[in-house]
Formats: sequence, C-alpha cells, structure tokens
Amino acid sequence: MADNKNIIYGLYNDEVDLLKAVKEANGDHLEIMDVYTPFPVHGLDPLLGLAESRLHIAGFVYGTIGFLTAFLGMSWIFTKDWPIIFGGKPHWAVPAFIPITFELTVLFASIGMVVTFYIINGLGPGVVNPTIDLRITDDKFCIAFDKSEVDSSKVESFLKRSGASEIHSKTI
Amino acid sequence: MSSHDSPIREPLITGNKSYHDITVDLVSPTERPPSPAWIVGIIISITLFAFGAFCIAWTIWNGIGTWNLNRTIGWGWDITNFVWWIGIGHAGTLISAILLLFRQKWRTGVNRAAEAMTIFAVMCAALFPGIHVGRAWVVFYFFPYPNTRGPLWPNFNSPLLWDLFAISTYFTVSLLFWYTGLVPDFATVRDRAKGIRRKIYNILSFGWTGSAKHWQRWEALCLVLAGIATPLVLSVHTIVSFDFATSIIPGWHTTIFPPYFVAGAIFSGFAMVLTLMIITRKLFNLQDYITIAHIESMNKVILVTGTIVGVAYLTELFIAWYSGYVYEQFAFFNRAAGPYWWSYFGMMFCNVISPWIFWVRKYRRSVAITFFVSIVINIGMWFERFVIIATTLARDYLPSSWSYYSPTWVEMGIFAGTIGLFFTLYLLFARVAPVVAIAEVKSILKSSGDQYAGPNAHKHSHSDHSHTAAPTMSSQYTEVSNDLSTASGMAAGTTTSAATSSSKIQSTVGADDLKKIEGIGPKISEILMNGGINTFAQLADTNPDVIKEMLVAAGSRYQAHDPGTWPEQAALARDGKWDELEDLQDRLDGGKYV
Repeated sequence: MADNKNIIYGLYNDEVDLLKAVKEANGDHLEIMDVYTPFPVHGLDPLLGLAESRLHIAGFVYGTIGFLTAFLGMSWIFTKDWPIIFGGKPHWAVPAFIPITFELTVLFASIGMVVTFYIINGLGPGVVNPTIDLRITDDKFCIAFDKSEVDSSKVESFLKRSGASEIHSKTI
Repeated sequence: MSSHDSPIREPLITGNKSYHDITVDLVSPTERPPSPAWIVGIIISITLFAFGAFCIAWTIWNGIGTWNLNRTIGWGWDITNFVWWIGIGHAGTLISAILLLFRQKWRTGVNRAAEAMTIFAVMCAALFPGIHVGRAWVVFYFFPYPNTRGPLWPNFNSPLLWDLFAISTYFTVSLLFWYTGLVPDFATVRDRAKGIRRKIYNILSFGWTGSAKHWQRWEALCLVLAGIATPLVLSVHTIVSFDFATSIIPGWHTTIFPPYFVAGAIFSGFAMVLTLMIITRKLFNLQDYITIAHIESMNKVILVTGTIVGVAYLTELFIAWYSGYVYEQFAFFNRAAGPYWWSYFGMMFCNVISPWIFWVRKYRRSVAITFFVSIVINIGMWFERFVIIATTLARDYLPSSWSYYSPTWVEMGIFAGTIGLFFTLYLLFARVAPVVAIAEVKSILKSSGDQYAGPNAHKHSHSDHSHTAAPTMSSQYTEVSNDLSTASGMAAGTTTSAATSSSKIQSTVGADDLKKIEGIGPKISEILMNGGINTFAQLADTNPDVIKEMLVAAGSRYQAHDPGTWPEQAALARDGKWDELEDLQDRLDGGKYV
C-alpha cells in the first residue's frame, strides 16, 4: 500500500448489517476493496470470495521439517557421529527419541506458521499501516471501496441504501 | 440485531454491553493511573523478587552447599518448586487450546490472563533446574549445538534432556499463541491512544488493520496452534513425570505417573487461574466479563481433575500393596506414617477432600469460597510434589544414609522470589495489555451477552447502545409493566397479529404471570398471550408442539426455545403447588431437563 489510494468507505454498526451489505454489493457487482472488522465475522469469507487459508498446509510442512531434523539428527549423532553406550542399550534407541522428535515437530510448526502469518499479512514490529477509521478496532464494521475501481456515486447510493451509519472518503 | 437468543444458556457477558462498552471496559485499566491496590501489590511483589534474586546470587556465589541437599537428598525444594510452577503453567494453554477445540465459549473471558500466567509460571519453573545444576554459567551445555569438544552431544535418551526440550517448546509456543491473540487487542488500545502511547502500541500491534483476510488467517492460525498445543500441553507434564518414572526409585517408577501428573497439573493450574482471576476481576472491575458462570465452569474442572488426582493417590497405594514389592510398600507406608506424615495428610486434605465442596452448586458459585479453596489447592499441590520428592529421597535403600530434609533460608528465599517474580510480571502485564481478550469477547457477545442469553435475554432493549443499566441476574418476575409497554412492538408476526394493542393489554388483566414458568421471559409471555394463552390453566392444557409452532411463527429468534416442560410447570402453578414448582425448577436448567 505504498501508493496513495482514494477510497470511499461506509461504517456499519452491526455485523449482521455488514453481512447483508456485502451480499448486496456482490449483487450490484461493486468491487469491494476490503472489509475491516473489530473481530472475525463468520460468514464473511465466502461472500468476499476469500479462498480458505493455506496456513495449515505450511504448518504441516514446517512440522515435517522439525520431525526430520530431530529424528535424523539424533539418529546420526548416536549412530555415526559419537556413538555412546548408555546402560547397554542400542545406539539407535528409537522409543527414546520420540519425546524430543515430538517437541521439535511442534516447535518448528508453530514458529514457522506464526512467522509466515506475519510475513504474508505484511505485519510486524514497526509496520505502520494507514488507518482508515479509528473505530474499526472498536465497534464499527467497515466496507471500503477503491475509487479508481468503482463508480463513487454508485457506491455512495449503495452504502446509503444498505444502512451504513456513516459514509466517508479518504486518501490513504 | 441478530438471532441467537437463548434463555437456556447462562450469559457470559453481563451488564447489557455493546461492542463499544467492551472496548472501554477492557482497555481502560491500561489507560488509568494505577490504583493504590495495584501499587501496593507491585511493591510487595518486587520486594519478594529482589530477595529471591539475592538468594539466587548467594547460591551461585557460594554454591549449592547453601542448600540443605546432600548425597541422598539430591532434590528438595528446588525440584518441588519447579514441578509446582510447571503444573501451574498448564491451565493457560489448556484453556486457550483444548477449550478452543471444544468450542467452550467461556474460555474467552479468562484465556488471555491464563496464558500470561502460563508464560510467567514457566519462567519461574525454568529458573530452578537452571540454578540447581550448580554451575549456572555453563547451563547452555544442555543444548545440542556443534561445539569444539568433539563435538560432544547431550544424552538424548535422558528424560532430563527431554524435559529441557519440552519446556523450551512449551514456553515458545505459549508465547507465540498468547502474542498472536494480543495483536488485535493492542491495535484496539493503539486506536484509542495518543502521542507516544500510540507509537508504542503501534509497534506492539504489528500494524494490525482488521482486514477480513487477516482475520481469516488469524483464526486459521489460532485453530492450528490450538490443535498442536493440545498434545503439547499433555506431553509436557508427561515428560516431567518421566523425570521420576524412568528412575528406579521406589515410589517414583510407576506407570501411573504421566496421566496422574497431567491431571494434577491441570488441577493446580486451574486453582491458580481462579486465585488470579478473582483478584483481577475485583482489581479491574471485570465482574461483567469474568462472571460467576466462568468461576463455576472452572470449579467443575477443579472437581473433576481433583477427583482424578484422588483416584491416582489411592491407586498408587493399592498397587504398592498389591505388587508385593517391599521397597514400594515401604515407600508408601513411609509417606503416610513416616517423618513427613504432615505433608502427606496436607496433600490428601487439600487436593482430595477440599475440592469436594464444589459438589454443591451454591459453593461452586461463591466467590469467597472459591478463592479460599483455590489457595488451599495451590498449597496442596505443592505438598504433593514435596511428598513425592522429599519423603522418597529421605528414606532410600540404605538406612545408614537416612536423614530429615528441611530447607535453608536460601531455598525458601528463592521460592518466595519466584512468587514475587510471578506477581510482578502479572501485575505489569495487567497494566500494559488488556487482561481479557477484547476481540474474542466481542465475537461471543451475540451468543453469550446477557441481552441474548440467559433468563433475562429478552428484557433488555434491542435498540443499539441504549444503556439502562438493567439489573442483570435479578428476578424475572417483576417486569410486568415493562412488558406491556413493548407489547405493540411484538404484535407483528404472532399468530393473532390482528389484535390491537389495547385489546392485548385488556386481555392480560386477570391473566397469570406466565413468566413464573422457567424458560418463559417477557417476550415469550407476550407471544403466548397473543396466541390466546393467558392463564396457567390454559398453558397446562396446551400441547408443547402447539407452543413450539407459536414460537416458530413469532420469528426465528424463538426457535431455539424448548417448551417441553412448560405445560408441566403450568399445571403445578395452576394448582397452586408453588413449592413443588420451585422444586421442579431447581432441577431444570433454563426450563429444560438436564
């Protein structure tokens, strides 16, 4: 969002109104830039055409890496790099490797997913994103349109009709 | 507004809150100057912590000889405290992960503080093995990093090393989970702040915007983290129990240890959550968000896990006797009748007997009793770890090396110091971050706010943001005048919508107060009266299916109501059997058999 964008947005007081409005906007073929809400609103994703997040697939991949790192690492260390006899037990003591293998699987999956989450969302310490409206994190539900992609007058009449409590224009 | 009204479910947010109220109530503790109680608390905590830090420095400077450990008693208060703190740390992730998977909505009121508690408790716990090793400055030898000593690796077959991995992983994952939940709430604080505070909270909130895609990913992330944190939380105390169970010490090498330790950890964790939440809700006026319903739910968990722990204690005794193994038998006989009998009976009383008070609903819902019992359990779980560790080691295979272990002032000081550290961190956290998850509470408002759920669900005005400071859990029987004033609003959609509002008011004169039936609120009573049911007698003679049809016709928000018991209740009311009705209603929950 480096370039300045002219947007027009409507604020709704309730998530039910918001869902209805998004449905209507789809019916009117108005292209929504984004929807901002104070908490996750269920039922919004299909209306906005958002594909299911693939974060869990990434998590599985990271977990697999963790699993292999731990298991292969311990196996290599105790059979090749520095074999030590502990109480006459075999060098390749698979059951004894299970706890650490499990922990590293979880550790890699969690760290990987969280880091991925912030990178793909463009969020992180020090990131300053343009604020559309301060009340979006409080109690307002916002539908924003990019003026370069939609007809502003059509959007305005739509926002009025669909019950937006406030309509504003802004450059972000 | 929406259509999730339910008279059955107990509300989890009281006080007829709007979204904005939630923001104000939960953010304002971070905006106000600290209260005197908070300042007193932090001074005491920091003092304790400072003394603990001094004792740690004393230990490191002079060596472990400043503790009363010896060749036989290698573990004393240090490992007792370690296991105690780790156990306490289990409730946070349990609440946020397992209860998320089970879709328990009450978790939203307490998960933030419980996760913070987890992180701080694990920090306190990790301190003990760190200084117990003696040479704390080379504690990094534990980690398998390529080194110039061979490279020489740690023993991956050792439960103590598993423990290192389990606890580091647990700490990291809990921290990530907690912070990811905090990010949107820091954004809420940011958007209310000005100047330097705004800058700081923008850094903390990572530039959160509230975009739909971000929320979608956020939910996906939280769900997967919960999914993998669930086996993690079970694994951590399992591995802690391996520290004991894989040894060959009688009283330790039992297969019951993993489940027994996990249940005990959840038990002690919930006790500490209750202790903290009861203080927090009082200190920050959060009674509307951490309600009696939350306290009761946690007390039920305490009752269940406490009973599991009790069963484990008795199983251990039985197996010791049944095994026919004299050393095992002696270990348990010695616990109960040896020199540490007081800790064994303290453990039995605090952990097994005391939670049974929660069989009684009245005590389960009493804040004072819950607070008292939660502290008793905290003490009891400390006794449990002391019993397992000290009594066992003080009487080993060789009677000539038997002795009686009691801690030095240094060991006691370090324990006090961790309590100080824990409360210092918690009090700081409660000043800086919202102690209740704002976004998550907002997301359950429509299903668990007291204007949508519970006996007073329909009483509150549904027009947005009208705050009449309605009494929340008060009697539902005294609202007749209110009902009449809203009667006209309900006419549409009912079966006799042709009736004018004046005739309805007429018809209610001489009618019974149907709201005395559990499950019927003012609005449903309206619907019934509009449908021609004005008296208990009429209601008693109506088939529940007919009532159900009336409710369905009145709108989708009434579909969830189950009129199954209403005629039965009405029959008692018609016959004037009020005592019997009250008995029946005690057994019902929201007008339904449970």
